Amino acid sequence: MHFSDFIIVFTASCIAITCALLGCFLVLRKMAMMGDAISHSVLPGIAIAYLLSNSRDSWVMLLGATAFGILTTLLIEQVHQRMRVQEDASIGLVFTAFFSIGVIIISAYAENIDLDQECVLYGEMVHLPLQSLYWGKQAIGPMAMYNAVVMLLLVLTAIVLAFRRLQVCTFDPGFAVSLGISVSVWHYLLMSLVSFTTVVSFEAVGAILVVAFLVVPSSAAFLLTQRLSHMLVLAALIALFSAVGGYYLAYWLDASIAGCMTCVAGLFFLVAFLSQRLLNKTIPLTKENTGTKAIGIN
Amino acid sequence: METIVRFFSLQDPNVRYVVLGMLLLSVSTAVIGTFSLLRKKALAGDAVSHAVLPGVCLSFLISGQKEIWSLMAGAFVSGLLSLWCVQYISKHSKLKEDASIGIVLSVFFGLGVVLLTFIQHQGNASQSGLDAFLFGKAAVLMPSDVWVMSIVAVVMLFMVYAFYKEFTLFSFDPGFAQSIGLPVQRLEYILTALMVMSIVMGIQTVGVVLMSAMLITPAAIARFWTNQLFRMLILSVVFSMIASVAGAYISFLAPNMPTGPWIVVVLSGMALLSFLVAPQRGIVWKWWQARILKRKTAEENVLKAMYQLGEKENSFQETYTLEDIFSRRAYATVYTSRILQRLHHQGYVIWEQGEAQLTAEGIRKGSLITRRHRLWETYLTQVVNIAPDHVHDDAESMEHLITEELEKKLLEQLKDPSLDPHQSEIPPIN
Amino acid sequence: MITHVENPVVEVHDLTVSYHKKPVLWGVDFTLPQGALVGILGPNGAGKSTLIKTIMGLIPHSSGFSKLFGKELSEVRNRVSYVPQRESVDWDFPASAYDVVLMGRYGKLGLFNRPRKADKEMAMNCLEKVGMADFAHRQIAQLSGGQQQRVFLARALAQDADLYFMDEPFAGVDASTEAILMDILKSMVTRGKTVAVVHHDLQSVKEYFSWVLLLNMRLVASGKTEEVFQEELLQRTFGGKLTLLSKMSELVHKNEFPVRES
Repeated sequence: MHFSDFIIVFTASCIAITCALLGCFLVLRKMAMMGDAISHSVLPGIAIAYLLSNSRDSWVMLLGATAFGILTTLLIEQVHQRMRVQEDASIGLVFTAFFSIGVIIISAYAENIDLDQECVLYGEMVHLPLQSLYWGKQAIGPMAMYNAVVMLLLVLTAIVLAFRRLQVCTFDPGFAVSLGISVSVWHYLLMSLVSFTTVVSFEAVGAILVVAFLVVPSSAAFLLTQRLSHMLVLAALIALFSAVGGYYLAYWLDASIAGCMTCVAGLFFLVAFLSQRLLNKTIPLTKENTGTKAIGIN
Repeated sequence: METIVRFFSLQDPNVRYVVLGMLLLSVSTAVIGTFSLLRKKALAGDAVSHAVLPGVCLSFLISGQKEIWSLMAGAFVSGLLSLWCVQYISKHSKLKEDASIGIVLSVFFGLGVVLLTFIQHQGNASQSGLDAFLFGKAAVLMPSDVWVMSIVAVVMLFMVYAFYKEFTLFSFDPGFAQSIGLPVQRLEYILTALMVMSIVMGIQTVGVVLMSAMLITPAAIARFWTNQLFRMLILSVVFSMIASVAGAYISFLAPNMPTGPWIVVVLSGMALLSFLVAPQRGIVWKWWQARILKRKTAEENVLKAMYQLGEKENSFQETYTLEDIFSRRAYATVYTSRILQRLHHQGYVIWEQGEAQLTAEGIRKGSLITRRHRLWETYLTQVVNIAPDHVHDDAESMEHLITEELEKKLLEQLKDPSLDPHQSEIPPIN
Repeated sequence: MITHVENPVVEVHDLTVSYHKKPVLWGVDFTLPQGALVGILGPNGAGKSTLIKTIMGLIPHSSGFSKLFGKELSEVRNRVSYVPQRESVDWDFPASAYDVVLMGRYGKLGLFNRPRKADKEMAMNCLEKVGMADFAHRQIAQLSGGQQQRVFLARALAQDADLYFMDEPFAGVDASTEAILMDILKSMVTRGKTVAVVHHDLQSVKEYFSWVLLLNMRLVASGKTEEVFQEELLQRTFGGKLTLLSKMSELVHKNEFPVRES
């Protein structure tokens, strides 16, 4: 394995794991499509960031683009609550508006922005190792890899430290409020993390495949596990295996790396779904099993 | 000016095809979008538009050429399959619909991207048309595309015309539709097929992502302006058409500007405008209503204050200075004198040289407000069971809202009371 | 008729609550004594859940105030426990019964603190008290409705509060579970705790509660069960809505009028 291959697989794994961890909370909160919306809405932010920084990643620009994701969340809520537009429609309304603005900015400054349409939709992983981070004058490795690592550490820390808060806010927001926990603060914290992750992942996997990493591994893990901590770990593992497996599949097929990673994740989901279907058929879990011993668990 | 004429006279054949194609597309997507919005399936369209890609690629791989009908057939099949998957997953697992849409959307698209890049890397010369299914090609519509679009639009309109009653009932209340013996399952199939059909056609024009906007946004705006289905259909078609022509015009003026995104930006602008000014629900409308109500409240409060001063002295012919009025209500001077000026114009008060006197009309209005206030206090204590010392604040605002009809009912239910809970006299109607 | 008490545990003063700018509770005013087992009764849509949600700060109110132990809610959160309706949460959430009960200890933990051994033992104890120790590690979706309700009660017990608000704890529960739950509530009250329960079934009121609130958009009565639970007051509570009050609510809603002038 070449060093550049390693960098691609390593970066992709970091991205996939981060997305999967956050995705668990999105799926449990029934906000999977919110992830879809955010991943599209950060496009104008990214385009402007490219424009201002001449495609040199800087953390200020990353954060600026992240703000668009948070703005999306706020707008969708406002349109839904204040304007009484039904929720799915307000999601569709807001993210397409932002996305079009992004595409227009990119077309208007095509010569200044090194982002083509394919990249916006499904990313270009092969280009990841191209841009290096400099320590003084010494190149110390690709920028994208460092971004992905920092992002993974950030999300991991947040989840480990605030595990209980996130758990109780997700499961029973009413109860959380009665404990004096500010549910909306945690909601926006989570949405900020999702936005930030989307922005960092965008270059590598594009708008739509970010959704795949957010939703597919976490959904598969949701079907197979019975506790939140297990779900998080399993989702991260599925994401990791999808990233590695997808890379080899792409190599073999000579096709898009991110696309192959999504397909492998989809395969994992299919296995999870089928095994769950089989399990439910062989052991009917009725809701009236009061008093009977636990079956197959413990 | 010249460009406007050149564009709208449709001399340029290219402009003609683009405008015609976009108009036809608007009709079919707006109509089907309205039904899917009402059925709370707005985002299902998003899944379908992403999911057609693998079908297109597979059909290309099998047939080896980009013949439009076979590509569209492939797109249609994988679009249908994706919707079936969404339903199957949410029905047979604990995953909710949002997650299953997300899964189907992204996995189908991922598969499509793999196939597409596979085909590209094979170096097949004729593959170039395939990415029209990703990004659209509104600017280079061909006569043949316009033909396809007109067929789809005609089929769509015919179906909606033929099944209008059934679709309406089914969209609003599927349970009821089933109970009166409508073939719900078949209607569902028809609507789904129509949706997939219009998406397959639309994607080639505006691209994957913006297809959702063509479905959702016009319907959402129309819903904002009306509660009636037929009007909603007409409005969403009109909005969609305006945006399409505007988008085509913008990219005609600046050729490097993409048509699809501009259509969506125009549509979103229309949505924003609607949120601001639409009657009943728009922000500006609401703000204006609140302002009117606030003015009315302030005016009625001054009249009430003067009336109650008169009550105390048992004569309503007195004149009062601002200070007198302040003794009943704490208000800033400028405000009160401005309110008195307005009341003067309306004929409720004579306001001259810093002194105000109620006219006959003013006495009537003052007694009306006072009556409603005291009636509501009486109602709250007697019927709602609230302590007499807690009812004043409530009555202070309700007095401005109580209508004549409600007042009559209050009098009826309370049997024409003469005293309120604080032993003040309730002025009779005269 | 509204009986007020000295040194109340709960004091609600002239509380008016609007939901989506539509008033649903008007001028509610009552006090509850310590050690009472309170039944909050009223027809559907009477505002029973709204009342306890407002007291717990889940819904903002338009006017008035409520005090618990003579203080603001934020000062005494650790002494108050709230049990939401069972249907308000998604039971497919990946958690065991034990996980849910442990959440009852989160209020007393700091932001980043892990539950200590004492907390874990407490959670296990509470599961035992409701007879669910055998199901501690069962995923919550695999429990019956009654068992889920027992888990919620165990979580409330784990909070070790002095005042409990419970939203329909007997909904969807079989008779034997209801009896178990009721025994626990009664033993809590004998230990000096105060428990307020939103309740539907009028048959069991006399047997269950020592204090009754009758609610229908406004407070009809509050007092000892034997004084309040009588034909005439029940007729007033359940005999349909006050048409004029509902009409007024509609008017306020239509005009988006603030219930109080500001």
